[in-house]
Amino acid sequence: MDNHQEFKELTQKIHKGFVVAFMFIGMASLILVYVMIDPTFSAFQTNESKAYVAVTEEEDDRIENGIHVRTGLVDAEGLMTVVNNCTNCHSAKLVTQNRMNAERWAATIDWMQETQNLWDLGDNEAIIINYLVTNYPVLKKSRRQALTNIEWYELEE
Amino acid sequence: MKRRHFIKNTTLASVTALVGTDIVFGHLLPEGYEVLALQDPDPFKLFDLDSEMVVLNDKPWNIEAKAHLLDEKITSNKYMFIRNNGKIPENIDVKNWTVTFDGESVKQPKTYTLQELKSKFPQHTYQLTLECGGNGRSEFDPPAKGNQWTVGAVSCATWTGVRLRDVLEDVGVTNSAVYIGYHAADTHLSGDPEKEPISRGVPMDKAYQEETLLAFKMNGKDIPLAHGYPLRLVAGGWPASASGKWINGISVRNKVHDGTKMTGSAYRVPCETVAPGEKVKSEDMCIIESMPVKSLITYPKSGVMILLGKRLSIRGHAWAGELEVTKMEYSIDFGSTWKECKVEAPVNRLAWQHFSASIDFPKKGYYEVWARATDSEGISQPMVLPGWNPKGYLNNACHRIAVKVQ
Repeated sequence: MDNHQEFKELTQKIHKGFVVAFMFIGMASLILVYVMIDPTFSAFQTNESKAYVAVTEEEDDRIENGIHVRTGLVDAEGLMTVVNNCTNCHSAKLVTQNRMNAERWAATIDWMQETQNLWDLGDNEAIIINYLVTNYPVLKKSRRQALTNIEWYELEE
Repeated sequence: MKRRHFIKNTTLASVTALVGTDIVFGHLLPEGYEVLALQDPDPFKLFDLDSEMVVLNDKPWNIEAKAHLLDEKITSNKYMFIRNNGKIPENIDVKNWTVTFDGESVKQPKTYTLQELKSKFPQHTYQLTLECGGNGRSEFDPPAKGNQWTVGAVSCATWTGVRLRDVLEDVGVTNSAVYIGYHAADTHLSGDPEKEPISRGVPMDKAYQEETLLAFKMNGKDIPLAHGYPLRLVAGGWPASASGKWINGISVRNKVHDGTKMTGSAYRVPCETVAPGEKVKSEDMCIIESMPVKSLITYPKSGVMILLGKRLSIRGHAWAGELEVTKMEYSIDFGSTWKECKVEAPVNRLAWQHFSASIDFPKKGYYEVWARATDSEGISQPMVLPGWNPKGYLNNACHRIAVKVQ
């Protein structure tokens, strides 16, 4: 009787074990098959969320020593408007390398809107241009500048 | 509101290729997620560059050398400037890579696989000077728009490939042909698949030159990804933008090619010279063809201090677009007097030439050594900036280094 009971319990355990194992394998293979068919899990993403996946927007807007760390832009009025509108397609380095007056920045924005898929900036355009001409003003150069930042060293022979 | 294209169309295989290692559970990465290696990559590792190279722009990648890094006679990958207009292609399937020849002036469109190009046509190797049209832009006043290149957007590597001429002859080109335009696999920064980041070209004369190659090797190895793997058009002596990277199509046109960055003010200068800052209409801008005469002192690095009585050896390279450099001079007195120095013949047409000199300084003090090259038509480099132009191209002003004699 004891033996029979033990045997019964054992088979029940084994049965349970098999059921769990099969369920696990079954689910795992379902997931695997799904991943093979739709490796990007696109069925779980609505088109709406797809078009607005914010990549780095909220990630890190730390300011250190007056510089927005992620982009290298100067922290001043209009900073985040520039970050949000001017660093999606290209690096902020392309902005800060350039020194232009308001008229030329406006023309550059027009060009980006006409040819590079830049959106309508609305009231932000004035904020952006003001930020750029204030913080990255045109520097006067001569027809040939003096050599600067020379790191002097002794010639080794 | 379909204007925002935040989705990154990165395929796993290409990410793996770029990162150089397998990404465990990579298939579980959600679309739109950028692997850290690509999101904030170290360009020096990514492109195998020397740590002294200067990153001007990281989206798209634009990286230049410094004068003293270009001292080698044949430029290594680690010192080669990178100029990209769009995003580097990410899913390169070299086995199935093809180049399609089409356009108004082909007898019929024809497609070649990479393997067919390699096996069907004779291969040639040339050392070819590639200089960005905007090299030196940072000096223009008023400033010109774009990446602010200083002196390092020039290289002279060896390129191995087939002559574009041989392939064009195999395709069959009609008498109406005026220009070729390239098409490539790089993608537009905005993510718009309809836009080509750049699609430039050259007139038929240049396309038919012996040295104009469809290249698949640089310095004897597969072309590095950043320089156009697996196939690059190389048209030495012209703005490097004419040497399209990641080539998958050539259109033979019956008019001047009108692809992206062929029109408007891109790679164009005013047909007639203008005052600095003057506005120039699009129709008054002319396409840049051969680059102007130029030279670079690559040794020693600027800032050298020597003792009075010691001679200073200098060396560098000089090039002149389609032409050859026939005279090389240096000055230690800001151009008051010039001394001629030795300049070698090029190893082949369109390769840069090497110059060297040994300089004696009369007394202690601060000096600048200026170098000036003259081309086979007698045209020399200017000491001041050449004619201002809206986009800041063609700055071939003399290069100089600072020297202190103690």
